[in-house]
Amino acid sequence: MMIQLRNVQKSFGALRVLEGVDFSIEKGQAVAIIGVSGGGKSVLLKLIIGLIAPDAGEIQIDGRNITGMNERQLLQVRRKFGMLFQGSALFDSLNVEDNVGFLLRREGRTPAAEMARRVGEVLELVGLEGTQKKMPAELSGGMRKRVGLARAVVYRPEIVLYDEPTTGLDPIAADSIDQLISRVVETFHVTSIAVTHDMRSARRISRRILMLEQGRIYADQTPDEIFKSTDPVIHRFVNGIAEPIGKPTFV
Amino acid sequence: MTSVEKVRDWFAGLGRGTLLCREIAASLGTVKPVWRDVVYQLYFIGVRSQSVVVITGMFTGMVLCAQAFFQFHRVKMDSATLAVVSVTMGSELGPVLTGLMVAGRVGAAIAAEIGTMRVTEQIDALRTLAAHPVDYLVVPRFLAMLLAMPLLTVECIALGIAAAYLVAAFLLGINQADAWHQMIHYTDVNDMLTGIIKTFIFGSVIAVVSCYKGLNCPQGAEGVGHATTEAVVYSSIAILVSNFFLTMLLNTLLR
Repeated sequence: MMIQLRNVQKSFGALRVLEGVDFSIEKGQAVAIIGVSGGGKSVLLKLIIGLIAPDAGEIQIDGRNITGMNERQLLQVRRKFGMLFQGSALFDSLNVEDNVGFLLRREGRTPAAEMARRVGEVLELVGLEGTQKKMPAELSGGMRKRVGLARAVVYRPEIVLYDEPTTGLDPIAADSIDQLISRVVETFHVTSIAVTHDMRSARRISRRILMLEQGRIYADQTPDEIFKSTDPVIHRFVNGIAEPIGKPTFV
Repeated sequence: MTSVEKVRDWFAGLGRGTLLCREIAASLGTVKPVWRDVVYQLYFIGVRSQSVVVITGMFTGMVLCAQAFFQFHRVKMDSATLAVVSVTMGSELGPVLTGLMVAGRVGAAIAAEIGTMRVTEQIDALRTLAAHPVDYLVVPRFLAMLLAMPLLTVECIALGIAAAYLVAAFLLGINQADAWHQMIHYTDVNDMLTGIIKTFIFGSVIAVVSCYKGLNCPQGAEGVGHATTEAVVYSSIAILVSNFFLTMLLNTLLR
């Protein structure tokens, strides 16, 4: 089992975000985690990669329990991961080439020519060949996401995490990001977990959908099952139907 | 927030600051610094602070010389003027004023840069790319500050004394040879040593406080502003308070 969570709980002050989450993901699976905004999806992703620690429960990555590890031990575990952030999180002071090749350069094991070749290759994969010398500020939101994706996969991680990959993008840019994510899964055979509230995107990029509701995994089904579900909670979420709002009483 | 919560938060912050110091020590002991990053920071802290340090040093030396002369002239001790300037600049004003100016210019920039990186998830991105924020962001700034502060302070002291000499000789009409002789006679190596030792402490304080404030910056643009202000205020207060204790301690140790 690549990723396993057992009774993971997390609170921020008095706010209980995760009440006890259990699931496991096998190697090579493409999973989407859906749920309402502010429901703890991104927190779950950050727990899996060890950016924050759970209050209780256990998280295992490739058989190793990462709960209780210190930051330096976690750095070794994170080498297995690539992550695409919601706001791309590109380093402002570095150009595209240095952003994408950041980890390779830091490790210092890859010769410069080999590094340039690999960066060029992965930029071509995301359709941004020739942008090596551009600064992040010169790129559009969609392009920044693509560079973020290139940075997440250039060192061939085993697991790639996507935090709201299509949020804030126009439908065409969102579609191209979805296609790229599917291409990454096919090309690198990685385990992928995408957190999203975009149902179209979830259907395209995953073979399994977990629905997070009130701090617990409410549903664990295939995309088709989720879309055909008659469960009122799932149905409302998938079809974007809000609870009826009561009439104002002050008129 | 109640007073009890404020005190608790203050102690929690002190604890986190101590842990950051431990992490810096661990990084210095186990991870090879990236010297390219250190050199860049050295340029930013050292070279880019030149104008501030030059103006601070020269005008402080000049005004100190004028004030000392006005007082000494009444008791016919004009030739002691430069001696007062050199001892004061060397052991107190040089390091403290350079520290305050660097805290204002560089400390604010460090806190703002790291704080912005935090609120835009760039620090999290660093961590996912297997880079420890202390190794990548804090240690280069810490090392550069340790190297730059003594050099900037020596420059500030030298320019202060030189400017004071010019004022004494050409504006106040003090006997040049006499004033120079008195300055050399009454300025001890330990006065200068006191000043130089202080710069390492002040440099460390500015680097640690500013990096800490940046790394623990609250969310949003307001959070970055808040972190930047606190970095400058806390660094400056720490410099002024620690300066008194350092003077007392070094005076005991070096005499």
